[in-house]
Amino acid sequence: MVTEHEVQHIAELADVGINKDELETFTHQFNAILDYFDTLDLVKGEQAANDELFNVMREDETETPLTQEEVLRNAPATEDGFIKAPRVM
Amino acid sequence: MPAHSLSFDPDDRYHAFLTTCSRAEHGNGPLKGIAVAVKDNISTKGIETTCASRILKGYIPPYDAHVVSLLKAAGAAVVGKTNMDEFGMGTTTENSAFGPTLNPCDTLRVPGGSSGGSAAAVAGGMVKMALGTDTGGSIRCPAAFCGITGLKPTYGRVSRFGLIAYSNSLEQIGPMGKTVSDVATLMGIIAGHDRRDSTSQARPFSHTLKADVKGLRIGIPGEYFGPGVDPEIASVVRRAIGRLEELGAVTVPCSIPSMQYALAAYYVTCTSEASSNLARFDGVRYGPAPDTKKAWHEAFQEVRREGFGPEVRRRIMLGTFALSSGYYGKYYAKAQIARQNVKADFARILAGVDVIAGPTMPSIAFTFGEKSDPLSMYLADILTVPANLAGIPAISVPCGKVRGMPVGLQIMGKHFEDERVMDVAYAYEQAVS
Repeated sequence: MVTEHEVQHIAELADVGINKDELETFTHQFNAILDYFDTLDLVKGEQAANDELFNVMREDETETPLTQEEVLRNAPATEDGFIKAPRVM
Repeated sequence: MPAHSLSFDPDDRYHAFLTTCSRAEHGNGPLKGIAVAVKDNISTKGIETTCASRILKGYIPPYDAHVVSLLKAAGAAVVGKTNMDEFGMGTTTENSAFGPTLNPCDTLRVPGGSSGGSAAAVAGGMVKMALGTDTGGSIRCPAAFCGITGLKPTYGRVSRFGLIAYSNSLEQIGPMGKTVSDVATLMGIIAGHDRRDSTSQARPFSHTLKADVKGLRIGIPGEYFGPGVDPEIASVVRRAIGRLEELGAVTVPCSIPSMQYALAAYYVTCTSEASSNLARFDGVRYGPAPDTKKAWHEAFQEVRREGFGPEVRRRIMLGTFALSSGYYGKYYAKAQIARQNVKADFARILAGVDVIAGPTMPSIAFTFGEKSDPLSMYLADILTVPANLAGIPAISVPCGKVRGMPVGLQIMGKHFEDERVMDVAYAYEQAVS
């Protein structure tokens, strides 16, 4: 069982935001889904064998990139050829 | 350079499209002048691409997805972008931020999802063929619900470059059409290696369909006809398989024990991958502007709360939870073992048979609002997710009706034997048409 408080915490970790009036419904749905996920307790073992994965490498060659104009075209706020973002500090 | 153009002004009474191109330019090639619709999570240079999400409203990709470049090179006219569940998250197309698509067979019912717009555009006669994407059934479900044909290719057969990612390890772009021939034609254009997708394989598709199933061995998993599957659907699909037997195929009963936890493994995996993939949508490089005066997390949360619908936020949160320390071992790690078990079950069965057959969906198309509870919607994917977990090809072909609504016969095959599943679907289609 997860509590409303935990769901709020997950929403903050995931940066999706949550409204107070959504919290009860989200928590209820979350618990129903997690209950269903408990069928995974039937699975034996602790870690999947990692024998099929391999890296695909290529030469690090320069190519023609998108132009600065193309890159910035979809950005909602730009300044001097840079993308504007909220402050981090 | 495009030498010709096609005018496209469909009567879109089913809301299959989010964007239409009234004049679609096209060149010469095997698909010369053929109208093809493209799901709205596939990037199209210069044409708005939203994934049916408010967070991408107004986003104009500066490049084409590999499959779109291939369509254009083949002379196809890309006539529009089709509606879908937001970011592919859903089984009904009701999760589109821009309103649902209606099922052309009965407008009171959903077209299925998440490629519901592509299915409705084909079923409604607006285009001959369309591209969809299939993460856990998103091509096959709407194909079954709308009475058309759709293929989820083998994982790695089609480049995902330019597909806006939801769950990379599960999803494939695939062809949808009225007939198996149309699906094969489109598959021939889009399959093959692309250096920009390192999971894509040098396995082009160049195949002439053969309607011959003499001596073909078909595995029939008991789980696909058991509890949770509408008995009327089970009986229609059994009759369809009986038709293949009349044509000379042999059926072999089999069992997929890992089905008991396959759906849980699927949802843990796809939500985990989604929580990482969708972190890029912060409104900074594209999308609605965050308030740059606010602190990063506050601004980011505001943009995402407004920009994502509830199902997308639910899946991001579930994935974040499943990957969080303390729960990783219980959910994500177990899901990956479960996934290997599913793969092993298919490998074991397919060592003794050529293909596996069963229903595509456990029910006919839902009425609008019928699956308002998320878990009950997830449960509808039980018969389609195993193929994605295993990475094998699977096709849905119409095989009759229940209560007036179409039913899909699903054929699954061995890795890179997309040709064989299509031949079996073709043999069935030719026998009944």
